[in-house]
Amino acid sequence: MAYSEKVIDHYNNPRNVGSFQKDADDVGTGIVGAPECGDVMKLQIKVENDTIVDAKFKTFGCGSAIASSSLATEWLKGKSLEQAQKIKNTDIVQELNLPPVKIHCSVLAEDAIKAALGDYQKKAIEKKPNPAEAVASS
Amino acid sequence: MKLPIYLDNHSTTPCDPRVLEMMLPYFTEKFGNAASRNHSFGWEAEEGVEVARKQIAHLIHADAKEIIFTSGATESDNLALQGVVEMYREKGDHIITSSTEHRAVIDTAKYLEKKGIKVTFLPVDKAGMVSPDDVRNAITDKTILISIMMANNEIGTINPVAAIGKVAKEKGILFHCDATQGVGKIPVNVQEMGIDLMSFTAHKIYGPKGVGALYVRRKAPRVRLEAMMYGGGHERGMRSGTLAVPLIVGFGKACELCEQEMAAESVRMMKMRDRLQEGIMGKMDEVYLNGHPTERLPNNLNISFAYVEGEALLMGVKEIALSSGSACTSATLEPSYVLRALGVGSDLAHSSIRFGLGRFNTDEEVEYTIDRMIKAVTHLREMSPLYEMAKEGVDLKSVQWAAH
Ligand SMILES: Cc1ncc(COP(=O)(O)O)c(C=O)c1O
Ligand code: FES
Repeated sequence: MAYSEKVIDHYNNPRNVGSFQKDADDVGTGIVGAPECGDVMKLQIKVENDTIVDAKFKTFGCGSAIASSSLATEWLKGKSLEQAQKIKNTDIVQELNLPPVKIHCSVLAEDAIKAALGDYQKKAIEKKPNPAEAVASS
Repeated sequence: MKLPIYLDNHSTTPCDPRVLEMMLPYFTEKFGNAASRNHSFGWEAEEGVEVARKQIAHLIHADAKEIIFTSGATESDNLALQGVVEMYREKGDHIITSSTEHRAVIDTAKYLEKKGIKVTFLPVDKAGMVSPDDVRNAITDKTILISIMMANNEIGTINPVAAIGKVAKEKGILFHCDATQGVGKIPVNVQEMGIDLMSFTAHKIYGPKGVGALYVRRKAPRVRLEAMMYGGGHERGMRSGTLAVPLIVGFGKACELCEQEMAAESVRMMKMRDRLQEGIMGKMDEVYLNGHPTERLPNNLNISFAYVEGEALLMGVKEIALSSGSACTSATLEPSYVLRALGVGSDLAHSSIRFGLGRFNTDEEVEYTIDRMIKAVTHLREMSPLYEMAKEGVDLKSVQWAAH
């Protein structure tokens, strides 16, 4: 299969490869996929005041999966949590010119974004005392 | 050294220039139909075919009359299985084959299953070998055919064909062997190996695409086949259709060259292959050889590079033509069934690369490939979450993956 130039560029020069401390309060981590399926994506966001200030990824998967997650980290940086929720796999497909057989790689990237956002939000809720409870107990 | 480098010689091989040269006149001045008995055009074509038939038969120690021309090994496999089953259906309804056969055998066997034939798909051991004892134990009084390949196209493992042939002889059951990857690469002798039917093809041995052969034993026993193609009654009535004379002439020449050069060529292949294996495996951790360490085609190397996905790896070495058992490269999105049959985990099957050396590869290309593979694997491992986890000491098998 011939890859689009954008996929090749992300493959050769992946943006934001790396990891953040998983247990840091300002970090959200999403790990999706499984080794048996041939694809595992780890996507992490670092959040300040509801804005994603940094993002990193590591991906085990085909070139399109690598490019999808690399692109996702680029897009996430600077976005608010709300904006980040709106990133769709179809946007990735369009930007990278993915053929139909590679659509699932972009779906995985969307899942990874959602998982990272979910992880961050879960942590944020656990960290902050629930305001309603706080009132009730005072 | 010229790029790209071709290292996918199990898939197909380039036509040897000496083969092409032999073929060319048969497209133009010697264009006759080998079945035309009444003029010199026909005689000339027939002579070309008969010379080729002898060259081909000689390479496998058969008689020229036992060679049936087909369009390739896929057709030969189909004709062997379907032709035998139809002809001997009254004697029994059971055939034995293995789980690592080429799709041309597996899918034909599955088709026959739908038609009411019972099929045993024998397992293979960790190195990909079929055990002759398993063959023996699978035989029933209804067994009419055993079909086991000579050498596997992915992992290169060579089966104990002669021992399986012996079992078949003892029990009086026909033995078909798909020798597509073996012929021309390793010595093949249908007498000593007890083979009754054998498939092979020209394009894997530096001949043209579109022509193959089915060896059909004529004596002890005389094998009969129901044809799949009806028509002019060519090829002893087993395969009608005007012979592809130029292709057949090329097939013959290709076999002749293999016979003359095999001894030296296989030594050269093995040297290059061993260097490739040592160069890659000696320099990286967590790389695994798939297939048999020694009972293997001289030109085959199949390696799994843990924590990196095969298609991504191929993309990293774009200027080298290779193939992978990864699901991402297959239409079915399933990883290689051959590797799975060996008990290789799905994760490592996704990470497998097949190197297939050939007549026209050089030592320089091998060195280049070693260097590029190491760089590409290192690049990908740096971005692999699995490699990171493994390095941190996480047992990947214990992780609850969000499978999809
Ligand atoms: C073991 C084996 N059998 C059969 C075939 C099919 O050969 P052909 O391409 O001539 O139909 C191949 C080639 O891929 C093969 O490797
Ligand atoms: S990860 Fe398998 S096709 Fe992309």
